[in-house]
Formats: sequence, C-alpha cells, structure tokens
Amino acid sequence: MSDAKRRMVARAARDIAPGMVVNLGIGLPTQVIAHLASDFPVCLHTENGLSGVGPVLPYERADRNLIDAGGAYVSTVPGSAYFDSAVSFALVRSGRLDLTMLGAFEVSQHGDLANWKIPGKFSPGAGGGIELAQKARRVVVLTTHVDRKGAPKLKAECTLPLTAHACVSRVFTDMAVIDVTPTGFALRELAQGANLDQVVAATGAPLAVPEGDIPIF
Amino acid sequence: MILPHKTQTAQAAIAQVHSGDTVMVGGFGVPGTPFTLIRELVRQGQSDLTIIKNDANETGMGVDHLLANGQVTRLITTHIGLNPRAIALMNEGKLEVEFCAQGILAERVRAGGAGLKAIATDIAIDTELGIGKPRIAIDGQEAMVETALRADVALLHADRADPFGNLVFAATARNFNPLMAMAASCVIAEAETVLPTGQLDPNSMHTPGPFVDHVVALGALSQEYAVVRR
Repeated sequence: MSDAKRRMVARAARDIAPGMVVNLGIGLPTQVIAHLASDFPVCLHTENGLSGVGPVLPYERADRNLIDAGGAYVSTVPGSAYFDSAVSFALVRSGRLDLTMLGAFEVSQHGDLANWKIPGKFSPGAGGGIELAQKARRVVVLTTHVDRKGAPKLKAECTLPLTAHACVSRVFTDMAVIDVTPTGFALRELAQGANLDQVVAATGAPLAVPEGDIPIF
Repeated sequence: MILPHKTQTAQAAIAQVHSGDTVMVGGFGVPGTPFTLIRELVRQGQSDLTIIKNDANETGMGVDHLLANGQVTRLITTHIGLNPRAIALMNEGKLEVEFCAQGILAERVRAGGAGLKAIATDIAIDTELGIGKPRIAIDGQEAMVETALRADVALLHADRADPFGNLVFAATARNFNPLMAMAASCVIAEAETVLPTGQLDPNSMHTPGPFVDHVVALGALSQEYAVVRR
C-alpha cells in the first residue's frame, strides 16, 4: 500500500468513536482494523455472521470456519458472537450499525454511491452493500480520489448503477477528506503533499473550500 | 420413546434431487458449503437446476463444479465476484442470474421457511434490483414486495449433528444454513461429526431435528474444506 493510502486509512480510523458498532467493507476499509488500538472500545461487525471481529490471522493459525465477508481469515475477541445471515442483516437494517466504511466506483455530490456494477465489464453483485449503504446510521467511503485512468471518482452525478441514493456523509481519499453537504462537496482536510488546486481539479463536481488554513492529515 | 434416525449415505440422499429442481445450498464462501453433497450431485448429474446460494464459490470449488458440468440453468445469489466462470456464463447468456441484496435473500428464505408468501421492504427500492417488483404503501411509505423462496431440496453443512437431524454450525459457517434448513421440502445435512442422540445440548441446537430429512456423516474432509491460501 502506498504511503498516501496508508495515511487515508489511518485518518479514516480516527473517525471511529468509542462505543460504536462498525462494519468495514471489502477492500481498503478492511485495512482500517490495523489502525485501531487493542484497548479501543469498538465492536466490528461482518455481515457473514460475527460481531466482535478480531485481527486477521496468518494462514497457519487460521480457523477454516472463521472468515469475514471479504474472505479474510479473522479472529474473535472476548465477547464475540456468531449468528446467521438473517440476524446479521436485522442488525444492519434496524439501525444498530453506527457506521459503515465502504469502497466506491463513484460518489455523487448528493451522496449517491455506486460500487457494485460496471455494466458489460464487471457485475459481481452487491452482496450486502445495498443494506449497509442504505441503513447504516453513517456511511463513509474510502477510495482513491481518481480512477486508474485519472478520471474523478467524486462526480456531479453517478453514471453507474447505484448502490443507494444520498447515503454517503464523508469521503476519505488519498488526497483529501471531503464531506457531502446539502449544497454539495465540501473540503475538510488535505493529505500531506496534496495541494488545493490539484484536489479541486481532480474532483468532478464543485468543491467548497474553507477559509483560512486547511488541516493536513 | 426415541427420536427417529435419519442417517443416510450421500448417494441415497442426493438421489432425492431431480432434474429441474430448485436447490438451496448453504455456505458463505468456504465456511458452511456442503462440498461433499455438491460433489455427489455432480457425480449423479441432475440437470436444469435452479441454485439458491449466497455466492458461487470460487473456481474449482463447490457450486463451480455444478456450473462447469452444465447442471445449472438459474442462480439466485448476492455476489459472484470470486467466480469468473459464473460471471462469464452470465455474460454469455448461458446462466440466468438473479441478484438479491444479501439480507433480503436471507429474509426471503426465512419467509419461505416460515410459511409466508412474501416480505415487504424498502431495501434496493430505488435501484436496478427494484425494477418490476410490486409496490405497496405501508404507513404512507412505499415498500417493495419480495417473494418468499422455497426449494425442493436444501443442501447444508453442519459441524455437529445427531441422527435425528439436530444441527449445530461452527463459527461463520452458520450463515444461510439454518435459514435454508426451514425452507425446503427435502433437507439434507452433511455433518463433520454425528453424535449419538442425546449428546448435543438442547439449549444449543441451531436447527431443530424436525426440519431435517437426511443426515450424512462425513469422513475425512476433502481439500475443499481447508483454509484457502489466496
């Protein structure tokens, strides 16, 4: 992982408040677990049926029956619980999930999220992503600021099929922390080494910039 | 009074599956997937199956053998991203795939198991997955009707069982197994250990025996059950 990505993941981890129930989506969000101190009070949920997800184990110590939704061999912590898939999503849909961190193909200035289908190219299905995006009390996204071709992933409108409408509150990227507000994207923090003009240029929708010094992460 | 015994060979149990059947298969990735029962279904070769499973496993594992053998016409699932064959068959029009939000698949199965006809939800209501599904108003809010799912046969993997069919699942191998146990006309569970009746704690059963028709005791586990080193 690049330094910029590592800083983004570490910064996202700081948005997890003590006491929360949190689901970390497949990909970059799963890396957030490495930035949570062993004595930090938080309950991680994985949708395949575990609350109290512990650190990923090396293969030689893995339990073949204990994975997270991304297939990583995870562990438990004191107080973990296993449950079936219906209970797992009852927890999500009933409002017990305080925060989910998800990956994205596109996020619109309205907070719309697209992360499950690129028609004709990649259509794996959304898994549990639709319910996480629609029902977690707070939804944040971790993503590179631009795609592999350099095109903005933060856009005025999504062009891909949506996972959920108006669900994203905040986006952590390798260049910035950006909130989705009622009037669109608002810059909150800049990554080390990213300058304001670059971030504005790499964002595919108007970006409100705060007055004065912008915090660096 | 003693509880009936339902132990059976994989061969005899899987003979209950017929071509054209709808078959629920437990598991989320490797944990909870009944690899031995799937292997026997591949060996017997029943075709034109509709498979209901969270995912399509990975290349060379589980449901992938059924796809490779041309036994599956339709797949109701939530995510097939780890199986390039499933995606290719879908893109070529050789496999009909119905995607469902994961927790809604769980509830559709649970509803089928509970003798209900449908559930109503707002999940995915304004996405592609909501197109064409009936809408109803509940307390002034729009909801979408998702039909309940039942199957002819369910194939499950348990950690422990007794001969009556009481089942206990291990860790995250539980997933869809106890839900599918309620939702099929014929329920076949393979179990890593079959204990004499009375040795499982009644307080700790995940699936009660009356839901289960056949218990298949597994011998040594094949490589498919092992930790996958990616």
